[in-house]
Amino acid sequence: MKNKWLAAPYVVWMAIFVVAPLVLVVVFAFTGQDGSLTLNNFSNMGTYVPAFRNSFVLAFVATAICILIGYPLAYFLSRESLMVRKVAMMLIMLPMWMNFLLRTYAWMSILDDNGLINQFLSAIGFFNLWNSIFGTNLTFFHMINTQGAIVLGMVYNFLPFMVLPIFSVIDKIDPKVIEAAQDLGANSSMVFRKVIFPLSLPGVLSGVTMVFIPSVSTFALSRLLGGAKTLLLGDLIEMQFLGNAYNPHLGSAIALVMMMIVLVLMALMNRFGEGEEGVAVL
Amino acid sequence: MKKHRIPSRLFTGLVYLFLYAPIVLLIIFSFNATKSNRVWGGFSLAWYGELLNNTRLLGAVRTTVILSVLAAFIATILGTAAAIGFYSMRRRSRSVCMSINNIPLTNADIITGVSMMLLFVFAIGVFNGSFLSDLLGVRWSTGFGTLLIAHITFNAPYVILSVMPRLRGLDPNVYEAAQDLGASGWYAFRKVILPEIMPGVLNGLIIAFTMSIDDFVISYFTKGSGVTTLAVEIYTAVKKPVTPEINALSTLMFLVVFALLLTVNIRQVRQETAFARQRAKLNPGQ
Repeated sequence: MKNKWLAAPYVVWMAIFVVAPLVLVVVFAFTGQDGSLTLNNFSNMGTYVPAFRNSFVLAFVATAICILIGYPLAYFLSRESLMVRKVAMMLIMLPMWMNFLLRTYAWMSILDDNGLINQFLSAIGFFNLWNSIFGTNLTFFHMINTQGAIVLGMVYNFLPFMVLPIFSVIDKIDPKVIEAAQDLGANSSMVFRKVIFPLSLPGVLSGVTMVFIPSVSTFALSRLLGGAKTLLLGDLIEMQFLGNAYNPHLGSAIALVMMMIVLVLMALMNRFGEGEEGVAVL
Repeated sequence: MKKHRIPSRLFTGLVYLFLYAPIVLLIIFSFNATKSNRVWGGFSLAWYGELLNNTRLLGAVRTTVILSVLAAFIATILGTAAAIGFYSMRRRSRSVCMSINNIPLTNADIITGVSMMLLFVFAIGVFNGSFLSDLLGVRWSTGFGTLLIAHITFNAPYVILSVMPRLRGLDPNVYEAAQDLGASGWYAFRKVILPEIMPGVLNGLIIAFTMSIDDFVISYFTKGSGVTTLAVEIYTAVKKPVTPEINALSTLMFLVVFALLLTVNIRQVRQETAFARQRAKLNPGQ
């Protein structure tokens, strides 16, 4: 059964369709429209600092919110009975199987100025109350086409990617380890801080990767929920390849810089995470 | 202990409400008589009828299904063979191959998408400008072919990741035993190895299929102008302010996914029970 030549077709495939395209991105990033070697694509990057800032800040915020919601959820679910756990995980995965554009589309009509949230608030007389207290003249809250709406879309779409890895790690913790800690006199908060949390960190780290990377590189979300007001890196790259600002050389340079920043961040995070784990083992 | 459960259950309930409220609203408004996602105008099935008459959307559904089935099958064959090959390699070369295999998984979709688009545009430009194109009278262009290549490329890593653990769990002596008993290499593989790794292969096939159905970003960059997939069509439709057919489509997709997940889960539970029963029969003492 030992036959390494079986991998040959796929190795060739990877060389052509995984490695070569990335090499092309690098080549394009360091050349100009006329094909000459140049660094212009990078020296012009200053103009796009706001897009970089927007993308990374919004992705950070969305990832943080996903941890704040996803971690407790995964922890609470892990203490339920087997049947409840199975159903709960199925229900977490179910929305993931619907295209994320459809899920985002649902939020467009909820957050709208005359959307369902504002209709509901005005139906219960919330705006009258608000206006009489603050002396304002509000008839709706403006929610769509804001950065907040983009973050909401990221959290809504990518939350399952945070819950699943954390849950599967906590679920696999040997109950004997927890019992041992209790036998040694740890109370429930100590058990959590000293045993469960350190052991669940690998799950959090993979959750962060799975939420942060799609968030930082998204391009449809900002268009749909942000009303094209907030330019994100994904939009910028898309514009260079398929949009009006056609310039694949600049687009490649932006993609390359984004990829590098993400790689450095992930490497830093994993190193930090491994350090934590080491402490836990000691 | 019981008292602690109430706040945590409340929190869990709120998160599930957050996850499902938008989907429930889409489903409710798919039965709306008026063209609004905000005001209820009475019950109607009009948007389902509209959906069935939308030939563009239905064409996209057909393309997506054909594409996903083809891509999943090819990726499964390519990936299973590759997993066996990787497994047989020495540690050093295996870890290099696995790292390259992981690139499409960890890279942002948009980077996979634009990098492949660059390759396709570049290769097509070179080919169409070469004498080969004139000689054969063929001109390449982006379309279903490039889409299929892109889908196979991002599907295969998932297949490998789900077949690999199965291979590691194999007893290496079984294969040799089969050969000692006179089985040829291919026969021993089919009768001994394949049944053992089959659950991993099937799992990989299912993951690959769902990934293909769901993909938007990579398809968007590699599809060319002639063909369109469901996700790309949804994007075009969703950019317009109100498109009630999309509600109907969401509802149908939700029902299909729900039914699929339910059957998969029920099957799994049944298998587990059967397995437990079998084990109990084999070891009546325990």
